[in-house]
Amino acid sequence: MTATANPTYIGERVARKEDPRLITGEGTFTDDVVLQGMAYLTLVRSPHAHARIRRIDTAAAKKEPGVVAVLTGKDLEATGMLPVFITVPSMSGSKHMPIATDKARYAGDAVAAVVADSRDAAKRAADLIAVDYEPLPVVVDASKALEPGAPIVHEELGSNLMFTYPVKGGDIDKAFKDAEVKVSQRIVNQRLIPNAMEPRAVTAKFEAGELTLWSTTQIPHFVQLIVALNLGLGQNKVRVIAPEVGGGFGSKLQVYAEELLVGHLARTLRRPVKWTEERREGYLATIHGRDHVSDVELAAKKDGTILGLRVRTVANVGAYLQAFAPGIPTILHVFIVPGPYRIPAFDYEMRGAYTNTTPVDAYRGAGRPEAALLTERIMDRLADEIGMDPAELRRKNFIPADAFPFNTISGLTYDSGDYAPALDRALAMADYKGFEKRRAEAKARGNYRGIGISSYVEICGLAPSKANAALGVGWGGYESARIRVHATGAVQVFTGTSPHGQSHETSWAQIAADALGISPNDIEVRHGDTSESPGMGVGTFGSRSLAVGGIAVHKAAEKVREKVVQIGAHLLEASPADVVVEGGKVFVKGVPEKAKNFGDISMAAYLANNLPEGMEPGLEATVYYDPPNFTFPFGTHIAEVEIDGETGAVQIVRYSACDDCGRQINPMIVEGQLHGGITQGIGQALYEAAVYDNDGQLLSGSMMEYHVPSAEDVPAFELDSTVTLTNTNPLGVKGIGEAGTIGSTPAAANAVIDALSPLGIKHIDMPLTSEKIWRAIRAAGEGRR
Amino acid sequence: MITHPFTYQAPSTIEEAVRELGRNGEAKVIAGGHSLLPLMKLGLAQPEALIDLRRIASLREIRTEDDGTIAVGALTTHRDIAADPTVRAKLPALAEAAGAVGDLQVRARGTIGGSLAHADPAADEPAPTLAYGATIRAIGPKGRRDIKVGDYFKGTFETALAENEIIAEIRFPAAAARTGSAYAKFAHPASGFAITGVAAVVTLTSEGIVERAAIGVTGAAAAAYRATAAEKALAGTNGNAKAIAAAAAKAADGITALSDLAASSDYRKHLVTVFAKRAIERALSRAKA
Repeated sequence: MTATANPTYIGERVARKEDPRLITGEGTFTDDVVLQGMAYLTLVRSPHAHARIRRIDTAAAKKEPGVVAVLTGKDLEATGMLPVFITVPSMSGSKHMPIATDKARYAGDAVAAVVADSRDAAKRAADLIAVDYEPLPVVVDASKALEPGAPIVHEELGSNLMFTYPVKGGDIDKAFKDAEVKVSQRIVNQRLIPNAMEPRAVTAKFEAGELTLWSTTQIPHFVQLIVALNLGLGQNKVRVIAPEVGGGFGSKLQVYAEELLVGHLARTLRRPVKWTEERREGYLATIHGRDHVSDVELAAKKDGTILGLRVRTVANVGAYLQAFAPGIPTILHVFIVPGPYRIPAFDYEMRGAYTNTTPVDAYRGAGRPEAALLTERIMDRLADEIGMDPAELRRKNFIPADAFPFNTISGLTYDSGDYAPALDRALAMADYKGFEKRRAEAKARGNYRGIGISSYVEICGLAPSKANAALGVGWGGYESARIRVHATGAVQVFTGTSPHGQSHETSWAQIAADALGISPNDIEVRHGDTSESPGMGVGTFGSRSLAVGGIAVHKAAEKVREKVVQIGAHLLEASPADVVVEGGKVFVKGVPEKAKNFGDISMAAYLANNLPEGMEPGLEATVYYDPPNFTFPFGTHIAEVEIDGETGAVQIVRYSACDDCGRQINPMIVEGQLHGGITQGIGQALYEAAVYDNDGQLLSGSMMEYHVPSAEDVPAFELDSTVTLTNTNPLGVKGIGEAGTIGSTPAAANAVIDALSPLGIKHIDMPLTSEKIWRAIRAAGEGRR
Repeated sequence: MITHPFTYQAPSTIEEAVRELGRNGEAKVIAGGHSLLPLMKLGLAQPEALIDLRRIASLREIRTEDDGTIAVGALTTHRDIAADPTVRAKLPALAEAAGAVGDLQVRARGTIGGSLAHADPAADEPAPTLAYGATIRAIGPKGRRDIKVGDYFKGTFETALAENEIIAEIRFPAAAARTGSAYAKFAHPASGFAITGVAAVVTLTSEGIVERAAIGVTGAAAAAYRATAAEKALAGTNGNAKAIAAAAAKAADGITALSDLAASSDYRKHLVTVFAKRAIERALSRAKA
């Protein structure tokens, strides 16, 4: 652990540098990019979940005024297939063209494209395209998709089984044989719709042999790479810009059909092209998240000691394999299922299945919320079974603080952790001891009150490149940074990360400021443009940016600092060991009155006529940082709910959380990430569900049916933190982007079940809507009569 | 987005608006636009002409007439209704219903006339309009017509308005002494529409006996309705908890309840009884105050 010697800005609540332009509407988003002579792309999407495309009649559409081009899949095969970045053993990969050529495999699958002078003309022409469909039998449910005789989504694969992914450790048979108590539960982790505030959009122009493409993406460098490879352009001739991006949550962690199509069309039509998603279109055509059905069994002793955990899950991956889809239910899920507990035996078999539904990929937490839910629900089932306090059961099974680094039964090495203090602080904030009185008071009001605990560990810092390779991830897990100090002392940080709400412009400036001894206000952080990036950036997802990209910034800043020290020592005629860089000044220790300004040093670097012997002119550094391990943040969340006894409606009345993400660069940003994440996780627990009918039609097809919670739905959060540094990186940082979502869903679900436990209710699947709860209460009442 | 072209006019009198409606083929009146514009964006409504009523200032007044009738102009926004001191004092169920519509942006633009003309089965304001026994005053090619609210709601998106008739105002009669009223709503978590909304208006005798009860229910059935069985059950009682529960239990009698992702029909019927109870309780306590 070699943190920055005297942190000044790291750990401070520095105001977000991003806010002034976003609040005043000065930010430029992809749809704001308007180019001379621009044409508009609209896609015709299949209304059928599964149908052979017999014939497409485009004649009437082509006659519509303003239409530039009407194209079907066969016209667009030059764009190549959509990429998949992860291969897991036994994986059966689907062919995935931007426009379906043979059949539509989900409602929303694109079957034709229209380009016109205006959006209106494109939409009118799209309505005139007549597609002759032959509807085919539909399969929506993943388990049914794996049964013999199920409709096959990709005939050439022979079955709907995408992969079988087994992970085992210890002697699971012995664990269940020795068990004094066994609990089992089927747990559904329902499908969700990501709902980034900004829908997707792509704009592109092709000029002088160079394609410039603006996209709402979390991974501009991957978009650049795939667009170049698929369209046969030099990577140097493709510039991808992710301007302001209004949220992603994994839904913009793809190379989508529209990116390939808009790039291809701008090039072939020789005019700029734009595509902007409509919200309802996004519900169908942007990836979904989660969708697991798990059978969970826990073996334990009567005193609560866990002996073994067995899980069988089917994950619904939708109609096609997306970029990271094979890794979400496997690498990012199965390994972390043991969570914060010492579990001697573990046996997990995950199967992925194709269905006639929108493809499923990463959604905030991506595999880890699914893990925390099944572990934390089954822990509560065990606590209930043996009559033990859920907090005590967790404490008893926690990996002890002195056991780190800890090799888990699933094969991970947890870097650092101290789980009990986070639990204790959360319990104190939640007034856990006083809860039963509040339960009794609620009962007197005719309501049910419950409290739910969720202790989690998650995986961040994706990822050591060698670990990536071993796991089947087809690319390194490093991140890049370049720091350029101009002659005047103006500082620019270029990062390979691509923030879309994560405040990197502020945090990265704080990190560089401490190394360079200047103010974050004097540092500009630039991102999201491949033409000025430090090189290959991997991007922003999986709470990786700080623990990988932030470290790259730190290391680049340290390199620049080293050169500043060398030049300063030369100009001050002192030993480098005696030079201090602080407060925008460079001076010899003890002689601050004889300081050089930071700008004097940078000017000297570019005047280049008085530098130490053999030193190159200029003042900049580029770093690619490949982490040695993942990082493992943790924490405990506690939700308290009150259920209206007459309607079943749930109100979250209190919420306390203690999270440990290692060193915090900016606690205000940490809290902001938690506020959003917790609200999003509560959304899954109480409200959200993508619901299909048996014909594969999305019933929850708009925000009129699908409730994304807002501040109105949640109480003021009480947050605290512990700081357990990691020795994986020099700043001791771990990551916080997804923790809120991972911790909150099981806490809220456990609280609802706890509220209903006096009625003998053991489990209800999410979302815990008022009607489901009312039915459970009514059924429990009838059972007792 | 709206892909179909349409013409736009903004007349300054209601009579002119009626004439323009008649002159254009597929014409639609627009007020706040919160029902019509979404339908146009989805292509479910494709009018050739929009007649905008917002320049007709007289339609935005809330007026108390000599006999105590409160006339609410059709173009009054939900927000203005919810904030109006007269409405809050004399028609609290209407103020509460208007304040419970959608969200702040919707309340700031949406109008009571638009809501009643559109007749969405889950709109809030039909419930108090029914319970207060209001009259819908419409202007059409043949002049002025007063429609009793009991004759007004015909079904989902169906009303008694004739072709080219425009609502001018909604007229709420003066309440008798010792009258209390309230609106209780169970909102759809996503849309904010009423899964169930119940407006109760209760008048007591000087001895504290329920002389008259009127209960309007929205969100539960194809159209807003009066829960007459519940009204009869409550009338003549002393309004104690038992009487309220017995009356509320009848608030969904005889209806065919709607069913959707958020609430099945039997859950909806249950919610009607719960929110009828809550509305009656509050109305009674106000009547006693």
